[in-house]
Amino acid sequence: MAVQEFISPTSLSEAQLVVGDGAASSWLAGGTDLLVGIRLGARDPARVIDLKQIPELTAIEIDETSVRVGAAASAFDVLHNSDVPSLFPGLAEALNLIGSTQITGRCSAGGNLCNASPAADSIPALIANGAQCRILGPDGERTLAVEDFVVGPNQNALASGELLVELILPRPPAGTSDAYLRLTPRTEMDIAVAGAGVSITVDESGTCTAARVAIGAVAPTALLVEVAAQALVGSQLDQAAIDAAVAAVRAAATPISDKRGTAEYRTHVVGVLVSRAIANAQARIQEARS
Amino acid sequence: MNAYQEFKMIGSRPVRPDGLDKVTGRARYGADLNMQGQIYGHVVRSPHAHAVITSIDCSKALAMDGVLAVMTGDDLVKPGNEMLGSGEGAMALKDVVPMVMSQGKVLFHAQAVAAVAATSPELAAEAARAVEVTYDVLPAVTDVHKALAADAPILHNDRFPDGYPEEPTNLATHISLTVGDPDSAFDKADVVIEQTYSVPMCHQGYIEPHACAARADAAGRVELWCCTQGHFTVRHYTAAVTGIDMGKIKVTASEIGGGFGGKTTVYLEPLAVVLAQKSGRPVKMVMDRGDVFRATGPAPGAETKVKLGATRDGKLVAADVECLMDSGAYNGNPAGIPAFMATACYKLTDARSTGRSVYTNKPKIHAYRAPSIPQVTLGFELAITELAAEVGMDPIEFRLLNAVEEGDANMMGAPYNRIGLRECLEVARNHDHYKSAVADGAGRGMAMGYWINAGMQSSATLNVIADGHVSILTGSPDIGGSRASMALMASEVLGIPFEHIHPQVAATDAVGHCDVTGGSRTTLATGQAVIQAAEQCVAEMCRRAAAEWEVEPGVVAWSQGAAHYGDQSLTFEELASRAGAMGGPLTFSTSLTSTSTAPGFGVHICDAEVDKETGRTTITRYTAIQDAGKAIHPDYVEGQLQGGAVQGIGWALNEEYLYNEEGALENPGFLDYRIPVASDLPFIDAVIVEVPNPLHPFGVKGVGEVPIVPPMPAIAEAVYQSTGVRFRDLPLNPPKIVAALLDN
Ligand SMILES: Cc1cc2nc3c(=O)[nH]c(=O)nc-3n(C[C@H](O)[C@H](O)[C@H](O)COP(=O)(O)OP(=O)(O)OC[C@H]3O[C@@H](n4cnc5c(N)ncnc54)[C@H](O)[C@@H]3O)c2cc1C
Repeated sequence: MAVQEFISPTSLSEAQLVVGDGAASSWLAGGTDLLVGIRLGARDPARVIDLKQIPELTAIEIDETSVRVGAAASAFDVLHNSDVPSLFPGLAEALNLIGSTQITGRCSAGGNLCNASPAADSIPALIANGAQCRILGPDGERTLAVEDFVVGPNQNALASGELLVELILPRPPAGTSDAYLRLTPRTEMDIAVAGAGVSITVDESGTCTAARVAIGAVAPTALLVEVAAQALVGSQLDQAAIDAAVAAVRAAATPISDKRGTAEYRTHVVGVLVSRAIANAQARIQEARS
Repeated sequence: MNAYQEFKMIGSRPVRPDGLDKVTGRARYGADLNMQGQIYGHVVRSPHAHAVITSIDCSKALAMDGVLAVMTGDDLVKPGNEMLGSGEGAMALKDVVPMVMSQGKVLFHAQAVAAVAATSPELAAEAARAVEVTYDVLPAVTDVHKALAADAPILHNDRFPDGYPEEPTNLATHISLTVGDPDSAFDKADVVIEQTYSVPMCHQGYIEPHACAARADAAGRVELWCCTQGHFTVRHYTAAVTGIDMGKIKVTASEIGGGFGGKTTVYLEPLAVVLAQKSGRPVKMVMDRGDVFRATGPAPGAETKVKLGATRDGKLVAADVECLMDSGAYNGNPAGIPAFMATACYKLTDARSTGRSVYTNKPKIHAYRAPSIPQVTLGFELAITELAAEVGMDPIEFRLLNAVEEGDANMMGAPYNRIGLRECLEVARNHDHYKSAVADGAGRGMAMGYWINAGMQSSATLNVIADGHVSILTGSPDIGGSRASMALMASEVLGIPFEHIHPQVAATDAVGHCDVTGGSRTTLATGQAVIQAAEQCVAEMCRRAAAEWEVEPGVVAWSQGAAHYGDQSLTFEELASRAGAMGGPLTFSTSLTSTSTAPGFGVHICDAEVDKETGRTTITRYTAIQDAGKAIHPDYVEGQLQGGAVQGIGWALNEEYLYNEEGALENPGFLDYRIPVASDLPFIDAVIVEVPNPLHPFGVKGVGEVPIVPPMPAIAEAVYQSTGVRFRDLPLNPPKIVAALLDN
């Protein structure tokens, strides 16, 4: 079956109306997963509902407490926003890694998250930054943490007819920065063999007061590794603390061996990435202070 | 040496005639021809890697509205033992037909089993799904060692290699050559290296997928338009596969988006022709990327055992090379070349080289740039480098001591003419790259490579146009800028501006026979035909001028685009515009079998830095040096050097065919079949060395293939120098490097 209908609602209420119970429908953000899936025969929606004409879905708004990124805002728009890249350099790194210039021009963080690939680049960065998902559906609105949004490989927590409206990131407190790193054999146009997103807060004395560590492509879903964060909090981010965090992520990883890498390799390298991401975030904090 | 000691045009870098159309998207590639009334073909492919087809039922597909034709292997000829072509590039029909469509037995996953044609591509795809094929599935074997094991499933129970008893085997070919007495020569060696090296099966990775369009007329004539490296070969093979007379087939080559040897045969073309005949409508077919990877001919994976012996002072005294190559499902003959050419760079009076090829349930291998030589050279060159280290010599010094030069012979027996290997090594030794310090943490490797370079048949027709312009027709598809080179060579001879010359790749009925653009032969051999046609044109113009001036033709001289005698002259334009009154149209056709070839040699230097924690390798500096004889258009010689180096880098680091247990390819796309992207690469510094080929009027030597030969060993050595661990099995991808470093 080919796509029978393409609808482009201009408001959230219209979107809800047209999607109904969601049967045989797919939301379309940038389409860089959906259209590829349709072409490969992996996806077969009768109706495609475009999200890019709905103002809330493409808006990027910043206030004192939070940053709200519309679920269909393109990675390009996020990367060229006047504040987001400096507030969340790690998230920007992740979005900038998606595909190529052509792909970042279309794809969205929301699509990356909803597609729920274990190797999705922006998910560990969103988790590290404590992002929340605002969801609208036939039964009303709800909020879910990103780490709870993905439930399995290519499976998200949305019920049929539900829509991810926006991602809400708390504004990072002073002395906070993040970083994202992935390992791919090529420099670009590749898919993460392992990924690591880290956000840390360091006080004036150099003590780490808060941390979130997330890893990607080493388990069925991206993981928030709290033990790794605990190893960092209270430390001076000395070698022992880093080693403990690295050991924690390696222990949390449950990768598979496949054509992109062996389980042993992924487990090893996710530790390397976490340790380097911590160093990058720490350097960013120091740079902001100096 | 030749009449053109002082070149005016040769060696300059004008903009290629086909350049503007290519960068503006106007150039027409294989899939860009559309014909009135055209319908679309779609291939039904086997989901099994090894099976007997028990039935094919196309009735449901044919009953669908808009489906106009179906076909199976029964619509193609049943091959016996006919050979297509002769000498280099000869192929048995029974190895070509099943790569187009199987006939009863499936020997690799995604092999074509039927095809349909319908009024839209979507409908054709749907109809293909409605074709019902039943199979008796057999166990598949994709590994050469397992294929040689006693309990292996046998792919061909009717094929036996020469010299073996007629027993079931997957051994396809076995060839062994010996010069001198290698066994006792090893006794003279102070140092012996004996190691095994391996290279995976890989694909040429041309960006343009196979595509064609076919039309059949009521009188049984057929027209084909396709992207190919040789439309005369397409005509020949299509005729042989379909049983249509060659004379009734006309083939036009489109622009081509890469081939690298992979587009020197047919896959879709005979199917489009049969479907066009059956439906009475023009049929277009375009392969998708997955099928390009799954069902066209990749380059063979190989395992090479190398034993080398040298004296303490670095004299190579004996070599024994054994190469085991994967032929895929049919005989792609990959083993002969390594047997003949493995040792070609070195003075060796005592050597043995053996090649064996093995059938496996994978697509039949096909040519890829210097076919089979990169695989064996990985082993040979790494062993040479290890040997040099053992005797404490610089790797270039060691090679200079042992490199072949004029008068030396290789395993094929004939002595080399004037070759440029030593010159390349000397340029390498003195190059700033080789003399510079290696960066901390990085490593440096170098290696050299050889390719025989082909001559073969070429034709050209030169038509003088009344305004003094010239059209040049050849039958050599232009994959690397050859039209620019043809125009330069004609411009040199005729003395008229490059821009006045209009080179074209003409259809099979418009120009004399040309063999494929392959074997690095086109600039050399087709160029020779163009030079000869231009020389005939000059001779005729001088004759006409002499007649006008009533003097002997011998006293008329040709220079700067005009005939001269005393203070009289007639320009090319004048002779062109007055042709009708001076003897008629000026048209010159030449055809030849070139015997002017010269082998090519190159030396590469590579710096690589391995991230010891992640195992990622970054190529930080790369220099490719090669003897081109004479670079007609240096841009395109450099382009060949750079392109070959890049493909070698891909093969060394990440490219690899990955098959699962069932024999299906796991990475049939550019996401997981990782050719390098631009940001993976440093600038590839290309250095052209010119040691003219004495047999060629302009001194040309083929350049297209040598550059893929040295990269793998150069990179593997650089990785060793960076990590301290010797890797002998490619690709050197991050998991493999980390596993080895953690083991250490
Ligand atoms: C060439 C190429 C390279 C790529 N490289 C990378 C890479 O490096 N890293 C990486 O992580 N990914 C990569 N991808 C995958 C893809 O680009 C990303 O996942 C991208 O972020 C998807 O965003 P999108 O807006 O295009 O999603 P879409 O394709 O529009 O949607 C993705 C899925 O989410 C659903 N969806 C979208 N929006 C919503 C919503 N608001 N609510 C509910 N469901 C929704 C859609 O129905 C669909 O199922 C690549 C893809 C291509 C084609």
